[in-house]
Order: sequence, then C-alpha cells, then structure tokens
Amino acid sequence: MDGIKTLADLKKKQEEVMSRMSLRDRAENPESLVQVKVAMATCGIASGAKEVMEYFIEELYKRKIDAVVTQTGCMGYCFAEPTVEISLPGREAIVFGYVDTRKADEIIERYIKEGELVDGIIPQNYNTI
Amino acid sequence: MSRYKIHLLVCGGTGCHSSESNLVYEMLRDELERKGLEKDVQVIRTGCFGFCEKGPILKILPDNTFYTQVKPSDAKEIIDEHIIKGRRVYRLLYTDPETEEHVPDSKQMDFYKKQLRIALRNCGTIDPENIDESIARDAYQALGKALTEYTPSETIDLIKRSGLRGRGGAGFPTGLKWEIAAKNNADRKYVVCNADEGDPGAFMDRSILEGDPHSVLEAMAICGYCIGATKGLIYIRAEYPLAIKRLKIAIAQAQEYGLLGEHILGADFSFDVTLRYGAGAFVCGEETALIHSMEGKRGEPSNKPPFPAQSGYLGKPTNVNNVETLANIPAIILKGAEWFSSIGTERSKGTKVFALAGKINNVGLIEVPMGITLREIIYEIGGGVKNGKKFKAVQTGGPSGGCLTEKHLDTPIDYESLTAAGSMMGSGGMIVLDEDDCMVSVAKFYLGFIVDESCGKCAPCRIGNKRLHETLGKITAGKGTQDDIEKLRNLGSVIKDASLCGLGQTSPNPVLSTLDNFMEEYLEHVHDKKCRSGRCRDLLYYVISKEDCIGCMACKRVCPTHAISGEKKEAHVINQDVCIKCGACMEKCQFDAISLMNDYPRVSATAAQTITES
Ligand SMILES: Cc1cc2nc3c(=O)[nH]c(=O)nc-3n(C[C@H](O)[C@H](O)[C@H](O)COP(=O)(O)O)c2cc1C
Ligand code: SF4
Ligand code: SF4
Ligand code: SF4
Ligand code: FES
Repeated sequence: MDGIKTLADLKKKQEEVMSRMSLRDRAENPESLVQVKVAMATCGIASGAKEVMEYFIEELYKRKIDAVVTQTGCMGYCFAEPTVEISLPGREAIVFGYVDTRKADEIIERYIKEGELVDGIIPQNYNTI
Repeated sequence: MSRYKIHLLVCGGTGCHSSESNLVYEMLRDELERKGLEKDVQVIRTGCFGFCEKGPILKILPDNTFYTQVKPSDAKEIIDEHIIKGRRVYRLLYTDPETEEHVPDSKQMDFYKKQLRIALRNCGTIDPENIDESIARDAYQALGKALTEYTPSETIDLIKRSGLRGRGGAGFPTGLKWEIAAKNNADRKYVVCNADEGDPGAFMDRSILEGDPHSVLEAMAICGYCIGATKGLIYIRAEYPLAIKRLKIAIAQAQEYGLLGEHILGADFSFDVTLRYGAGAFVCGEETALIHSMEGKRGEPSNKPPFPAQSGYLGKPTNVNNVETLANIPAIILKGAEWFSSIGTERSKGTKVFALAGKINNVGLIEVPMGITLREIIYEIGGGVKNGKKFKAVQTGGPSGGCLTEKHLDTPIDYESLTAAGSMMGSGGMIVLDEDDCMVSVAKFYLGFIVDESCGKCAPCRIGNKRLHETLGKITAGKGTQDDIEKLRNLGSVIKDASLCGLGQTSPNPVLSTLDNFMEEYLEHVHDKKCRSGRCRDLLYYVISKEDCIGCMACKRVCPTHAISGEKKEAHVINQDVCIKCGACMEKCQFDAISLMNDYPRVSATAAQTITES
C-alpha cells in the first residue's frame, strides 16, 4: 500500500482492518451481546449446522447486529438438529430446533431484532428422544 | 468475503516459546489445513498471556476457552473435538487451585478477574508481527491526535494531569520529566526507551515489547513530538532475542506505512527509532550508566546532576523512560487524563504490572490498579500460597527491594506505601515466600546478586555490600554473633547514604527489611544456632529418635568423633558439640532412627556434661 500520510488515512486503514479483529473485541464481553450457539456435533454437521452457522455469521454482520456466534457440542436434541441456542442480553437462553437458513433468517428478524417468539422452540427440560 | 469464525490465539511469548508453542502453532495450522478449515479458523501467535508457567497457552475465541500446557500432540484433538464438534478438551483447561475444578473460559478465572490491563492491553490479543492488528486496536491514533489536536506543551500538560509516574523504579512524574527535557534547548535531543530490565525474574517489559511493540514505538514518537526530538533509541538487552526480533519487524512495518520517518501523518514532525543492545548488566539499567553504555563507554553510573534531561546521550538533552511507562502513554492520550487519574490512589495513578513468582499457585504476569492490596494479589489473583503452606513474606521491588509480611497484607499498594513499609515498587517483581523459606538466606541471596552486579566505581557499594554478604554467610553458617547483627544494620545504613547510584543506595534493603520484620530469625541463627525453615544446611542436626532407636549400637561404633552415647538396648543420643555431621551414623542405622532436623532436644549444661562423661 501507499503508506499512511494523514490521520484520515490512518482512520481509513483502521476501518479496513477492523473487521478481522471484531470477533476478538466482541469476545471480551459476550454477556452484553447476542450469543448464538450452533450445535456442531457430528449429528449437527450432518444435518447442515455448518451452513447455518456460516449464515448466522454473515447475516448478523451484514445486518449490523453485535453478536458472538460460537459452536457447542451436541445439546442432546439430535432429533431436532440442527439446533441453535440464542441468548439475548439479560434473557434466558432459548433453543431452536430444525434450523435451516430460512429459519435462521426468521430468528434474526423476529427473535433477535424484535424479541418475538417464533416457532420451533425446544422446551429446555425436554431432552429425551 | 469469508470471515474467520474462530480465532486460535497461540501464545508466542518467550515463556511459551521455550515450551514449544511454535510447534503447537504449526501443528494446529497443519491440522486445520488437513481438515479444510483454514478459511474458517484463523491461527495467530500473540504476546504473553501472563500465565507462562502453565504454558504454552492457547486461547480460543469467541468462546474464550483457555487451554494450558498444550503440547504439539494435542493439536489434533483440539481441532477434532473443540473446533469440529464444539466440545472442550477438559484435560487441557485451567484447574482452579482452590476448587480443583476445570475453568472453561478465561472470563471465569480469578487470575484475570481483578486485573486491569492498560499497559498490557494488547498482549495476548493481537499478532505483534502484524501492524494491521495493532492499527485495528488504535495504534498510532494517539500520535495522530497529539499531532493534529494538541501542541507539544498541551500534550505534556495532559500527561502531567494524568498523574503517570515512571514504572522503571523511581516513580518520577513522567509529564514533569518531559517538560524539563522540552525546556532544555539544543540542536538535537533524544528519546530513550529503557528496556534493560535487569531484575532477576522480571519480564514485564519483555512481555510488552514482545506482545505489543507498537505501543512503545508510538509513545516514543509522542515523546519526541513533545520534547522536540527526532531520534529514538531503545536500549535492550541482547538476551531478549524474541523482543528484538518483534521490535525490528514493528519498526520496519511502521516505517513502511510512514508512521515512523519523515512528516509523520502529514505533520511537520519526523521521528525514527533504532535499537541499541546491552550486555545484560543490572547496573546498565540505571539511566546514566545506560547512556554511557550506549556511547560505547563503560556502563558505570555518574553523578546527577547533570540529569539526562540536561545532558544525556552525546551530551544532548535526553529523556529516558521505561517500557511500561511508555506503553501507558497512547491509552492516556486517547482516553484522557481524567480517565487515567481516576484509577489508583491519591499519589499513584493507573496500574502496575507485576511479575508474580515464588510459592504461589498462579505464577505469572499481572496488571492491577494501584491501591490494590497484597492480599488481593496473593490470594485472589495468585490463588494463594502453593501446597497450602503458610504465607511468610513477599519480596517486592527486585534485588534492592524489601520483604513485606503478614501485617502489610492489607496495605493498599502504591509507591509511597511500599517505601514506607521498607520496600519499594521497583520494576514490579513480587516473590512470595512461605514458611519453608529462611529470611536470612533470602537476604543473602539478594546481596549475592548485588555483589556480582555492583560496578565497583564507589567504595561503599563495592566493599560494603561484600562485607554484608560475608556477614550474612557467617550467620547462615551458624557462626554469627550478636555483633554481626549490629554490624549489618550499621553498615547497611552507611551504604545507603554513601553510595553513588541507585544500586548501592537501595542494595541493603533486603537486609534492613528482614532485620526489621524477622529479627527473631536472625536471633535464632545467631544464638540458638537454629534455622527454623531448615534451609541453612549448617544448622541441621543429626538427631536420634528416642522412639525408633532400639539401641543396637551400630551408629556409636562408626562415629569418628565418639559423639554418640548410649547403652545397649537403650535409646542413643548424639552430642551436638562433638558431632561433625559426617552422616556416617545415619547411613549405618538400619532402623531409620536417625534424621536431619532443624533443631535437637536441648539439654541443660549439666545434663549434657553427664552424658559426655558416661
Ligand atoms: C541499579 C538500577 C537499575 C535500574 N534498572 C532499570 C531497568 O532495568 N529498567 C528501567 O526502566 N529502569 C531502570 N532503572 C531506573 C532508571 O534509572 C530510570 O529511572 C528509568 O529508566 C526512568 O524511566 P521511568 O521514569 O519511566 O521509570 C534502574 C535504576 C537503578 C538504580
Ligand atoms: S553504587 Fe555500586 S553500582 Fe552504583 S556506582 Fe557505586 S559501585 Fe557502581
Ligand atoms: S554425623 Fe558423624 S559425627 Fe555426627 S554423630 Fe553421626 S557419625 Fe558421629
Ligand atoms: S544405629 Fe540406629 S537403632 Fe542402632 S543405636 Fe544407632 S540410632 Fe539406635
Ligand atoms: S509467554 Fe505465554 S503466557 Fe507468558
């Protein structure tokens, strides 16, 4: 690159490189952010959890929602894989089952943005098949 | 664009480096490639996490998993289990010393909870060999702000108001130091960063340079702008190869971006930084000695005044600051003087980095607000004394600091309180001692270091410390007298008053503070010939256990000095006045009745007489 000749250049450069660091910044205080946990055990991956996770990461970024997307082990809801656990700041975590990218879109738009409950919630105490 | 979903931060600090973190890094990358995950998972090498003793450290983001003692052979399991299946590898998690439970993430570790990281803000979170990561974390923004929004004197004023004081030992107000250097007119001035770090066991400056070199370069440029200098020099010991390598990379990258060099950020200001290597003598950390060493002269201190700010490197005004002091500067400029001065105590603002070591569960590098108590550091961050032993003392301030005890545990720590307690802040070494440590031996250890490191220029330090060391040797060998204790005290205060430089002026501290706080141990050594901790080998005694001895007389027969007495089938006794501690009796005894003890059953003089006569 040409070099950083002014403070404005420096700020521009910072913008450019910021996104690769944002995950690290966000990890500093996950409690205050939306946390999305995608179950990525073998059963989850087989049922498309990887695409769902990618979708969440891309879309939350595009829609400018401060969120941390992590993967967890099998949550024990294999029948409903892929499952995704969402915790909004200050709220109990909720697990959604059979999440595909369409469902993910709905979760982002309605639950994460508006706090509305959407179909597909798995009751937390229900964990036998 | 595909974004990394997971970041693997492998510690690349010196501590973890020496325990093969590099291989861990390579293996993780190989494994990710094999699984086709290299686009999803980023692996970077960071600076020190402060947890070196349990290294190599691997931190996984965004879930903040903190793995310790990771071996290269663990890479596959970590990728298979954690990255692919999302299951933590439990055996690699940090174990809480108190609850003995695995702690899944660093947010829940007591070690980090009470810390406040300003100087270490980027250590362990960025790749120090990539300037872009530093820039993302605001590097050079403070320089830009100073150049465009503040005049030099406004910048100095801001530093003054922040209350920042030197972290290299003396605690001199940094803003004031800059102001003096700024006021001395000269055609050339220099900014020197003191990265000599000679205290045994100290590694805070090294960690900053290895983990976040740009913070120091930026601060030096800001200092140059403030005092009117265009050249910066970093005096770093040659034993810090990794820090040197990272600094070289950082300087080259900053130059390439134009953040060092001519007309920085479009301003009428030029600044560049070069490295100077020290050979690792403790005294070369003293600023006048350091300057002489850089000039190619002998690394000996000289009288002050003139201070370096008046006549320093090549006779020009020179501002010398410690690494940690400098690392605070950009944060202060960006966040404001008021923010900084709201942290800490009345006269000591901000934080201090300490190297926590000795008999403590969590050995490591910590940064805490001034005013925190030793108790919080030792019991909360440090996780308490190792193996459930009893706390005895904490040695602070490096080789010329002092020992603090139980009664100081609740004193808020700052420059003044540590000095008042007979120790000092120094560069921030903190060594915890437990009941197994002998305080006289501790004092002797530090004096030994001082004797080796004294440059010899002035007599009180050169000769006086040698005498102190000899006297301590005499006491630990059980040959000391009451006069020796008096001598330690008197000589100590003479050395303090009459030495030329800070090394000599503080060197008797370990002796004086242990005399103040642990006089009973000195008295025991001298009068009872006893070392309660059992550290002093000459004060251990061969003792026969009354219970275990069956009176076989085997020991009595081998004793070359006829020190053992006793009748057949009766418990034997060793006369300590005659015993030469050859150990022959213990070897001979087949009933494990003889052992080395730090004391022996004392008998009255007349009783002892009858035993020898019989
Ligand atoms: C014997 C001796 C050793 C010293 N070693 C160091 C050192 O290793 N690093 C350091 O920064 N300051 C050291 N100092 C303090 C320096 O002389 C000087 O005060 C300091 O670098 C100034 O920077 P500051 O104001 O930022 O602390 C030492 C002083 C003495 C007397
Ligand atoms: S006090 Fe010691 S180290 Fe300092 S100048 Fe004198 S002899 Fe040298
Ligand atoms: S240590 Fe040696 S001198 Fe002492 S009692 Fe035993 S045999 Fe005798
Ligand atoms: S050799 Fe052991 S058992 Fe025998 S008399 Fe000596 S101390 Fe007692
Ligand atoms: S060097 Fe790795 S934690 Fe310090």
